Amino acid sequence: MNTLALAAGKMGIGDAGIAAVLGYAVVFVGLVLLMCVVILMGKAMAGSRAKQTQAAPAQAAPAAAAAPSAPPAPGSAGEVKLFDVPDKEAAMIMAIVADKMGKPLNELRFKSIKEVK
Amino acid sequence: MDILQTLSKLVNESGFAGFFLSGGWKYLVMIVVACVLLYLGIGKKFEPLLLVGIAFGALLTNIPGAGLYHMGMWDAYVNECAYDAANDTALIEVTEDGSRVLSVEEYLANLPEGAKEPNIVEHLSFTDVAHFGGLLDILYIGVKAGVYPCLIFIGIGAMTDFGPLIARPSSLLLGAAAQLGVFFAMFGAMLLGFTGPEAGSIGIIGGADGPTAILTTSKLAPHLLGPIAIAAYSYMALIPMIQKPLMRALTTEKERQVKMEQAREVSKVEKIVFPIIVAVFVILLIPSTAPLIGCLMFGNLLKETGVTERLSDTAQNALMNIVTLFLGISVGATTVATRFLTFQTLAIVVLGVIAFMFSTIGGLLVGKLMYKLSGGKINPLIGSAGVSAVPMAARVSQDVGREANPNNFLLMHAMGPNVAGVIGSAIAAGFLIAVFGG
Repeated sequence: MNTLALAAGKMGIGDAGIAAVLGYAVVFVGLVLLMCVVILMGKAMAGSRAKQTQAAPAQAAPAAAAAPSAPPAPGSAGEVKLFDVPDKEAAMIMAIVADKMGKPLNELRFKSIKEVK
Repeated sequence: MDILQTLSKLVNESGFAGFFLSGGWKYLVMIVVACVLLYLGIGKKFEPLLLVGIAFGALLTNIPGAGLYHMGMWDAYVNECAYDAANDTALIEVTEDGSRVLSVEEYLANLPEGAKEPNIVEHLSFTDVAHFGGLLDILYIGVKAGVYPCLIFIGIGAMTDFGPLIARPSSLLLGAAAQLGVFFAMFGAMLLGFTGPEAGSIGIIGGADGPTAILTTSKLAPHLLGPIAIAAYSYMALIPMIQKPLMRALTTEKERQVKMEQAREVSKVEKIVFPIIVAVFVILLIPSTAPLIGCLMFGNLLKETGVTERLSDTAQNALMNIVTLFLGISVGATTVATRFLTFQTLAIVVLGVIAFMFSTIGGLLVGKLMYKLSGGKINPLIGSAGVSAVPMAARVSQDVGREANPNNFLLMHAMGPNVAGVIGSAIAAGFLIAVFGG
């Protein structure tokens, strides 16, 4: 069986069966290979994420030591780090953001507020 | 001025007179069929965005004398033979063994009585189509050139979240399994006497993906485009009715009750890298999938980058709507009465539903296998969602799952196989085009 024979026109039951099985097999093999690629991609991404998280505490440690007094801002769902921003201004910024987004403040998570100079 | 003669000429040239010519009743039947399709689209909401367009195209093309679509011209284009523009006839003779291209001399010697003065065009190009064709001929160029289905795939890509698939790559197995109907129906069509390219086009109905079916058919068997497109979109609308009984029959109550674990979170980087990797890998594997997979992944990349929001929005809305409009009406135009009302159409309708059923069965069986292998952690109902038809098939999995266990939420788990089915049907189409496309 070759592609010319397949394209030529009407086919016998044997050729038809082979073409059908071959087609199904090609789709399966193609998607199994793609599955392997996606799994590898996931593992590679997880690996690089793990490396980043290992490196991050090491880098963050001196910063944390430099600014140990950064207090959590009132009203936020998590802890927010403030860099040279007074509490009152931080609260106001968070309230404006919550208002603009139309969401309650306790459903938002602010990680840090820093003045860009 | 002879008033009677003028009136007689007007009556003879009207479309009504066309109904009384030989075979004219078929046009009347097709107008009724078009009205039924309009009812299904508008009244029953069967894939209305496309079915209404297809039905109206069918209505327009079957009004005698309207001249919006010229079947003879497209026959000449497909068979690469000369065309008589005056009489809308391809210089080709259909025989029991196939077809034979006629020379201009042969055609002129056998010109039927009453035919207009011939205007022969030797080699038709799209420019000639624009020159001699009607409105629907011009719109149909987009189908023939394979442009509309690919543009729709950009929109589909921009609307698809591949996150569930990336989180659970084994979903791809279900997407592959659910292509069973494509090849089963293809085999059945060959047994019924359809040629390889025709059988492949009929089989792809089982992929439950309209644009893929249209692209494959326009390349392999354009003369079957109308019935195949109508069958594909009608059955996609009937997915709940086709799938639910099979899902209940092939799974046990215990299997249907399985609650699946939450899949892992997928990072933004993974979502951006995924379309690039899939496009490169799948196109390298089967190059004939390039138009579909390339456009699908391009659309998805626009969505995921986060820096091309305007393009993503256009692909999802404006582009998708415009192309859907053109695609529907021009596909409907191919349902010319003399071609549509045949045994072939009936066979396509029957084979189409068989294709859908076997695709569902294929997905469910591999779903059951994964249930066993995973120690009962995977609900086999998500297997039936492998038949593209996004997101309808995933919703059906959700519905049947909740019937068995009201606290079961399978929708996101079923979206993985569902989008895997889109990739699977594109690969199946690529295989068929590569093998039967010559």
